Amino acid sequence: MMRLPNFIYRAPRTVREAADFLAAAPDTTMLVAGGTDLLPNMKRRQQTPATLVGLRQIAELKTIANGHGLTIGACATLADLVALLNDPRVRRSYAGLWQAAAQVATPHLRNMGTIGGNICLDTRCNYYDQNYEWRKAIDFCMKKDGQTCWVATSSPKCLAVSSTDTAPALIALGASVTLVSAEGTRTLPVADLYRNDGIHYLTRRPTEIVASIQVPPLEGWRSTYWKLRRRGAFDFPVLSIAAAVKLARDATVEEARIVLGAVASRPMEAPEANRSLVGQPLTDAAIAAASELAAKPSRPMDNTDFGLVWRKRVTRDFVTYALRELRGDDVRGLRRGIARQELLGLQ
Amino acid sequence: MKIIGTPRRRVDARAKVTGQTRFADDIMLPRMLHCKLLRSSVPHARLVRVDTARALAHRGVHLVLTGKDFPVPYGILPVSQDEHALAVDRVRFVGDPVAAVIARDEATAVEALDLIDVEYEPLRTFSNPDDSLAHDEPRIHDYGDGGNIHKAVSLGFGDVEQAFADADLVFEDTFFYQGNTHLPIEQHAAVAAKDPDGKLVLWSSTQTPHYVHRALAKTLDLPAAHIRVIATPNGGGFGGKSDPFNHELVVCKAAWLLDRPVKICLTREEVFYCHRGRHPVLMRFKTGVKRDGTITGVHLKTVLDGGAYGSYGVASTFYTGALQTVTYHIPTYHFQGCRVFTNKPPCGPKRGHGTPQSRFGQEIQLDKIAEKLQLDPAQYRLRIVEQPETLTANYLHVGTIGLSECIRRIVRTSDWTNKFRKLPRGRGVGLACSSYLSGAGLPIYYNDMPHSGVQLKLDRSGGVTAFCGATEIGQGSDDVLVACVAEVLGIDPHDIRPVTGDTDLTPVDLGSYSSRVTLMMGNAAIQAAERARDLLSEAVSRKLEISKDRLVFAERRVFDAEDPAKGVAFKDAVCLAEAMFGTLGTVGSYTPPRSAARYKGGGVGPSPTYSYSAAIVEVEVDPSTGWIQVPRVWIAHDIGRALNPTLVRGQVEGGVYMGLGEALMEEQEFRRLPPRLSRALVHKFPSMLEYKSPTTLDMPEVFTELVENPDPRGPFGAKEVGQGPLLPIMPAVANAVYDAIGVRIDEVPITPEKIVKALQAQAAGKTPRFGPTHFPDVPWPETLNVPPPWEGGDGKATPEAESLRSRPRDSAAVRGERGWGPARIKK
Repeated sequence: MMRLPNFIYRAPRTVREAADFLAAAPDTTMLVAGGTDLLPNMKRRQQTPATLVGLRQIAELKTIANGHGLTIGACATLADLVALLNDPRVRRSYAGLWQAAAQVATPHLRNMGTIGGNICLDTRCNYYDQNYEWRKAIDFCMKKDGQTCWVATSSPKCLAVSSTDTAPALIALGASVTLVSAEGTRTLPVADLYRNDGIHYLTRRPTEIVASIQVPPLEGWRSTYWKLRRRGAFDFPVLSIAAAVKLARDATVEEARIVLGAVASRPMEAPEANRSLVGQPLTDAAIAAASELAAKPSRPMDNTDFGLVWRKRVTRDFVTYALRELRGDDVRGLRRGIARQELLGLQ
Repeated sequence: MKIIGTPRRRVDARAKVTGQTRFADDIMLPRMLHCKLLRSSVPHARLVRVDTARALAHRGVHLVLTGKDFPVPYGILPVSQDEHALAVDRVRFVGDPVAAVIARDEATAVEALDLIDVEYEPLRTFSNPDDSLAHDEPRIHDYGDGGNIHKAVSLGFGDVEQAFADADLVFEDTFFYQGNTHLPIEQHAAVAAKDPDGKLVLWSSTQTPHYVHRALAKTLDLPAAHIRVIATPNGGGFGGKSDPFNHELVVCKAAWLLDRPVKICLTREEVFYCHRGRHPVLMRFKTGVKRDGTITGVHLKTVLDGGAYGSYGVASTFYTGALQTVTYHIPTYHFQGCRVFTNKPPCGPKRGHGTPQSRFGQEIQLDKIAEKLQLDPAQYRLRIVEQPETLTANYLHVGTIGLSECIRRIVRTSDWTNKFRKLPRGRGVGLACSSYLSGAGLPIYYNDMPHSGVQLKLDRSGGVTAFCGATEIGQGSDDVLVACVAEVLGIDPHDIRPVTGDTDLTPVDLGSYSSRVTLMMGNAAIQAAERARDLLSEAVSRKLEISKDRLVFAERRVFDAEDPAKGVAFKDAVCLAEAMFGTLGTVGSYTPPRSAARYKGGGVGPSPTYSYSAAIVEVEVDPSTGWIQVPRVWIAHDIGRALNPTLVRGQVEGGVYMGLGEALMEEQEFRRLPPRLSRALVHKFPSMLEYKSPTTLDMPEVFTELVENPDPRGPFGAKEVGQGPLLPIMPAVANAVYDAIGVRIDEVPITPEKIVKALQAQAAGKTPRFGPTHFPDVPWPETLNVPPPWEGGDGKATPEAESLRSRPRDSAAVRGERGWGPARIKK
């Protein structure tokens, strides 16, 4: 990895000021909060913005409000979010988000990285997340400086992988996101923030700042997040399952949302699986059928850790783990084995 | 003994934990310039043109060097002088250094790299050994054993075909061991400067300052006496810093030309390109056994993917076949090994050097044999363990063997008998054993001089300084040095200042490789300390008027054994001796015993003594996803004697950690793009994020047992511990997976994906196995036949084979016949 290239750094105090900096030259300006994604990328010359607008000084972006639902400022660190959700009264409603946030990278990186940064995380690919010299040796790739997508050379679009942990969890929880620009403010479902395109993976406009995330009150919902990665202490997901269900008093599923992470260039919802679960309890048969349906949109490619065939194959297993946990099965041993750490048992 | 055997804080611990250890990258000198290397972006090409004009004109650039500045080749082995500091007319892998920029700072140097215009004429790329064996042209190097074969050897010890005919059962298995890299936390760094006297100084994170010293003298054409190499403490080495490297030669040349200090710090990517890591090895084991399990003979064939340069490769090749006989009794043995060149970073020595690969195959095959013969694998191994004080079929002299005790200990501590084949499906235990050298019996270049020297300075302050060329790479060699001296002189280890790894100040020690330091430096240190003790004894005995043999050195005093109150402080003893003899100094040195192996190739494998390890690994495997976890490891290591048990246990656990990485995830993998679109052949992920190595959370509980059976050849009876305990881990994991779910994974890493494939085969009624089946055709040379000792052999090859030696002479390192006198065989 090289050292950082030169850039101009702006440190606005208000969102308005930040939006103005961004509007001045949106094509050559980037936002930075924790820097845990962007700065290594810049050292590899994947991004070379002329100007960085730092959001760290903007107090209004850091607030977390827990009242009617949960409002999280985009610059709240993942560690702050985990700390809030460690409170069992809060966690009860947002267990999936807690598990997702607590499994991003390492404690050090969660102390720096923010929720806004994590949902905007650059898509990842073994042909792209390499230093400049390496990419030069393959004559670069479609996502940066080149023509071809080396993952599938006939692909017309980039196949880099959505690797955010928190976005699938937020989508499963029905969260929305507020974007602010010099022109105004808009709010949209988190699911609508994404496109299945490794380059243009966000619908965020170049002049917009992700300001906050709103998670609705979730009475009667249970949620969970399962993450597949090689090592317990680190690593981006190579498959993740966020799932949330609303259960009636008789344990019948009233609503279900299953979201797959790291299987495409955006978090993938599984509407067919969701529908199949509604109107019945989470029986083994219902879980098996839903897992089969949920695994369908999983399209792993050969550009992350582990082979694509295996990652596709175990999608079913992971959806099953998530749904069994939501049913109330004790899967703590299973989770410990996969997460290779203790803190994530659902309590 | 007061110090030896007592768990102690190591002498360099304070500096390490307070961040005061000065690594190479911490060195900042006035007027220092910075160097960056331009590395090849193509895997194999003729270098047509390197135009440095634009780079040289760039503001802040002081010098640009190319291959023209380094006409003299080098390489760690005399037989493989195939590297240039910068490419002369050919690049051989993506990452091969082409040019160097020396500039006022790193950023300027990086900018200038982009201004160097290089024209390549691409050549055919060889990405794997099959490719290299199938095509002789173009040759990656113009030397070797023909085509793209670097080295091919065939050694026969007795009639192995007859042994198979005599066997009740013959097993034949093919295994693959994937390559992996050392991954030291410290990236290589070096600073060179011309000192005020006009001599060259290099500070470098190297394990082998002596060999770097030689390479510098050769390539820079300077008198060795005008070059000083200082090995800075290494932030981990594991074999990855034991070659002389391009960047070391480049900064030396630059500092020499500019008369300013020049520094280079490699990036993590560049460390992956320096590599010299574990060779990928395809191997075929054929073993004949009697019905009771007695081995009648073994035929082992190995093919090593060497990468683009020789490095230690010739030795690595022999090492894949050298130590099988040291562990178990093998009466007849045929070894064939072949290393080929490919267009990838060069492989070399990584912890265990060449032996983990075939150890993996042998230990899995023994597990298969035990099952077929319905023997418990632990009991079976106890039956076939080699006898102590034996000369093996390939003329390796084995000293003490603590392996049986190692096996018995872990069987007991792990509750093996109640677990093996008795745990529920998805859980299992596996056992494997190993042995390793306590120092290579021969140096890299042929000479008759000692392998390690220690010099002591005692002065009237009571202080002792111990000088030795050994290199502290984190393993604790400085602590071993002072512990040996302190024990003999009866003082505290912290009273002694170690001065190590400095070619100007310290006597030669060959370096921190081959697990040689404790044994060789330790013996040299004891000799030097005993000579010093003799001088002090002489003086004190005269002063106290008692005979020398009544004097005891302990507790910083020299006193009468019969009347401990009668004595002098150590400091006063030094003063008495200084008054009597003048300035005090002593030396000690160590040369390994001569080997009985006197055939060509017999130079690889001999060691003063061998360490032994046995491990039991417990695994949990999910039968649906193949997800594998290791909750517990039991390991016992035959250490001879633990000089500092804290360090020994640290090495054992570090070996387990590294072994689990190799067993479960580590892969030095490469990407070849579709050939119709690109010639690229690149390392798949030269980063610590995507090259997967275990983290703290992935470490299991490790239960370590030290088996102490002092070996008379070791200092205070000690043997090695730096490498051996890694070796049994990988096969033990494989054997445990079989115990858990009944499938054989005959290659590393053992991943969930491979387990699923084997489970699918199992479900389909096919062989429940994942692993290679194919073994390439290799043009083996004619076999050098060496009758084993029990057939009246004398360690030499038979006359027919001797005539083959009219071929050009090879490496001194693999020459067994020169300088190796008659065997001293203890029966």
